[in-house]
Amino acid sequence: MSSSSLSVQGLAKRYGDFVALAPTDLVVADGEFLTLLGPSGSGKTTLLSLLAGLVPPDEGSVRIGSQDVTYAPPYERDIGVVFQNYALFPHMTIEENIAFPLKMRKVGAAEAKRRALEALEMVHLPHIAGRYPRELSGGQQQRVALARCMVYKPSIILMDEPLGALDKKLREHMQLEIKRLHRELGTTVVYVTHDQEEAMTMSDRICLMNAGRIEQLGTPADLYFRPRSLFVADFLGESNILPAALGSRSGDEVEIGLGTQGVSGRALANGNDLPPGTEVRVMVRPQNLTVARKGGSTPDGLQGRVSEVMVTGSLTKVYMEPLDGKLPPLVAAFPTRNDDDAVRIDDVLTLSWSGRDAVVIADSARAAGTA
Amino acid sequence: MTMTHAQGAKRHSPPPAWRKPVLMGAPLVLLLVAFLVFPVGQLLALSVYNGQGFTLAPYAQLFASSLYITVLWITLKISLATTVVAVVAAYPVAYLISIAKGPAKSRLIFWVLLSFWTSFLVRAFAWVVILGRNGVVNSTLMSLGIIDTPADLLYGFGAVLVGMVHAMLPLAVMTMLAVMENIDRTLPRAAGTLGARPGTAFWTVYFPLSLPGVAASAIMVFVSAIGFFIVPALLGGRKETMITQLIIDQVQQTLNWGLAGAISVLLLTVVLVVFLLYDRVFGFASLTGESAVVRNRDTAMRRLGGRVLAALGSVSDALIGLVPRRHPLRGRSERPVALTAFVWLLLVLISLPAFLMIPLSFGKGGLAWPPSGFTLQWYQQLLDSPIWMQALWRSIVVAFGTGLLSMAIGVPAAFLMVRSQMRGKGAMLAFILSPIVVPRMIIAVGMFYVFAQMGLVGTILGLVIGHTVVAVPYVVMTMMAVLRNYDTRLDLAAQSLGARPVAALRHVTFPILGAGMLSSFLFAFATSFDELTISLFSSGGLSATLPKQFWDEVTLQVSPVIAAVSTGLLLFVATLIYVADRLRRRSLAG
Ligand SMILES: Nc1ncnc2c1ncn2[C@@H]1O[C@H](COP(=O)(O)OP(=O)(O)OP(=O)(O)O)[C@@H](O)[C@H]1O
Ligand SMILES: [Mg+2]
Repeated sequence: MSSSSLSVQGLAKRYGDFVALAPTDLVVADGEFLTLLGPSGSGKTTLLSLLAGLVPPDEGSVRIGSQDVTYAPPYERDIGVVFQNYALFPHMTIEENIAFPLKMRKVGAAEAKRRALEALEMVHLPHIAGRYPRELSGGQQQRVALARCMVYKPSIILMDEPLGALDKKLREHMQLEIKRLHRELGTTVVYVTHDQEEAMTMSDRICLMNAGRIEQLGTPADLYFRPRSLFVADFLGESNILPAALGSRSGDEVEIGLGTQGVSGRALANGNDLPPGTEVRVMVRPQNLTVARKGGSTPDGLQGRVSEVMVTGSLTKVYMEPLDGKLPPLVAAFPTRNDDDAVRIDDVLTLSWSGRDAVVIADSARAAGTA
Repeated sequence: MTMTHAQGAKRHSPPPAWRKPVLMGAPLVLLLVAFLVFPVGQLLALSVYNGQGFTLAPYAQLFASSLYITVLWITLKISLATTVVAVVAAYPVAYLISIAKGPAKSRLIFWVLLSFWTSFLVRAFAWVVILGRNGVVNSTLMSLGIIDTPADLLYGFGAVLVGMVHAMLPLAVMTMLAVMENIDRTLPRAAGTLGARPGTAFWTVYFPLSLPGVAASAIMVFVSAIGFFIVPALLGGRKETMITQLIIDQVQQTLNWGLAGAISVLLLTVVLVVFLLYDRVFGFASLTGESAVVRNRDTAMRRLGGRVLAALGSVSDALIGLVPRRHPLRGRSERPVALTAFVWLLLVLISLPAFLMIPLSFGKGGLAWPPSGFTLQWYQQLLDSPIWMQALWRSIVVAFGTGLLSMAIGVPAAFLMVRSQMRGKGAMLAFILSPIVVPRMIIAVGMFYVFAQMGLVGTILGLVIGHTVVAVPYVVMTMMAVLRNYDTRLDLAAQSLGARPVAALRHVTFPILGAGMLSSFLFAFATSFDELTISLFSSGGLSATLPKQFWDEVTLQVSPVIAAVSTGLLLFVATLIYVADRLRRRSLAG
């Protein structure tokens, strides 16, 4: 195993009776960019703190490379942490703050100064070197925290919402900087964010957390198109979730029956191996639904009455009530066109999808909202 | 991309969870058990054990005459009067400080602290000079022709009350301030936006929120006053004898330890009853500056209180309305001129007595007012006196020792109290703070008894231990306040950036906590430097500390050298506060 891979086994943390992190296994490969995503209070910061050695675990172990570091103090781990609340030292100037890790590593004063200013350059704040943290805005403090972590090029960086306080433009710039650093130095990054788009674009893999446990771990496409649970389907982006009964299987696809009016379709089995007749859910993303006017090529497809049409710039979203009252409301999205034949409220449309774009979710557990 | 495996190679195992709290808390607990619980217990035991067996003779003696009960009654009366006056006078001062900003605030605090830290002895003795037959008041009135013969101002209830209030006022202000500083200042403003006029906003929002501070300050003053003996001894007559003086008499003159123990039991019972009442009404949490919710269970009382406060509010609004205002908006300034003037008058009054000693110390005429001529002879005498010089040196050594020892065992305990979630924390805190609650005289006498058996009387070590017992609660309290405002994640950040624990302490924790630690140290230092009660007994006959020497002088033979000593002490304290403040500001800026 390479020196900057991270792995945890059965790692758990409780505060009194409250389980902040249930026993968890996780392996982060050397040079990987892994994002922790999940609702507030789901244990992201807890997991990060355990990795960094900021709090002791109740159970389990942490390894960096082949070393067991479960109870090693933070300063022996060569891990950089960008704290959720920045944690800048109030009695040091920005330059001193950034030079601090270099000083701890016995880098000479002149060299430390040069590298600190370079790091400030990178976060676009060269003019504030002599100021104190309280004299900066929230976003500036956040960038200083980032610079302080990057300046000593640790082989593993843990970041807790490092861009949360930045505006969109600055955020995109910093995303690029982080990605560049990650690429050039081969740093292993564990990253926490609340921004799904950020998670999708930056990560090699996403670890979706919920109530102190890992809900699903996989590539962005895995989570988005092949969620293993309703929670995941619901948490990431918009989705249509329909109750369905399994039919016969062919290859990795399976026949499904929807509602009471004999409508059928196909979906990916998604690794589920359940007997025909099992009640499951099927998820289709709005952009994968195709709509056609009634009487089109798929006369016996799922039909719905349009209840709302929203044009959101590049996309048009159409909300529909299925004619079969047993099915929940649906939403379809397609590129906005300059079209005379536009969809209007109360139109009745027929919906269809490719079997590769729908997936079976066997899990009967709660959805994100009710977790 | 390389990671140092050198240290990582050793296999770490989880440290046992109990070790840290025990190491942090044990020294303080042991010290208090050995030198507070044991001595006080001994003294109390002496009241029922006479060497041969169980006896109630001391109690028979105690209740045989009405003397002791009368003295107890006088003690309570004086303490209560002192408390009421001191708390009422302290309120506007603390309020003004809590709303002042910048240099104005520093200046106000400086003057309160100057009084707070100027020796009780100097301040009490100043009143002797002011109120004496040839004192400031009498000679001024006579030279103005208002009176012909000097009035007897000293040695009466009035003099004692003035001296006691003067002694306790700074304590009252500081205790109250701790709570007032935590009151969210936007609340009265919010009340203003909701339509309350300034007077109503103050009485119905700010005042109720400040009540825990008033209560904390009242009990601190009351308990200190009960155990105080300097002022009544110097300024009171026979009718103002307080109960602590009876204990001194029993120990120093009649050597009746049994009776001394019985009186101590009486005194301690009274104090405990007062504290239990306090806890019923306010809870102890308000004493450490934690904003306590006033647990007022009596709703009828509450409604009545609410109505009284509302009425007070309307009255003040009516009064404020009488004053014409040219700029209605600017008139709503947060710092009313009248209040400022009143507070400064009060501060001048409480500072003045000690300052009167300066001209006297350079005068040829001794301690009579007005001073005449100019001489340095009193200072010369002071410097030439080996007794004074040795006392000064001993006091400095003992104060340093006390400061260091208190910090060494108090700071870890404060960390424990603030940061750990161990069970029994509340009980432990109460125990740590108990030296403040137990009247100083009882501690001092018990300690004397135990020290005598251990051969510690008259030793520096004995004094350092004794002073640490009474100083360490203040160290723990100030450090707890400091630590509560400290973000522990900064330590973690430093460690994650590569700082080992010692480096993290050196570069991050201590620089940020430094000012707070320095003031804790100074608190312990000053407490010891001005400590008389314990030194009175435990310093032994020949190795006096400065306060003990001062006490011996003023009670035996009053000499103008006292004025020179007082001036020196005043200067010393002023320098100390000034330096501490400068350091604090530098650490804030730097
Ligand atoms: N020191 C603590 N004592 C008690 N409970 C704690 C402590 N630290 C965290 N928790 C609890 O553990 C749970 C997980 O907290 P954590 O900080 O890991 O959440 P998070 O996923 O980072 O949330 P956010 O997105 O809001 O930052 C929360 O419910 C929190 O209240
Ligand atoms: Mg968090």
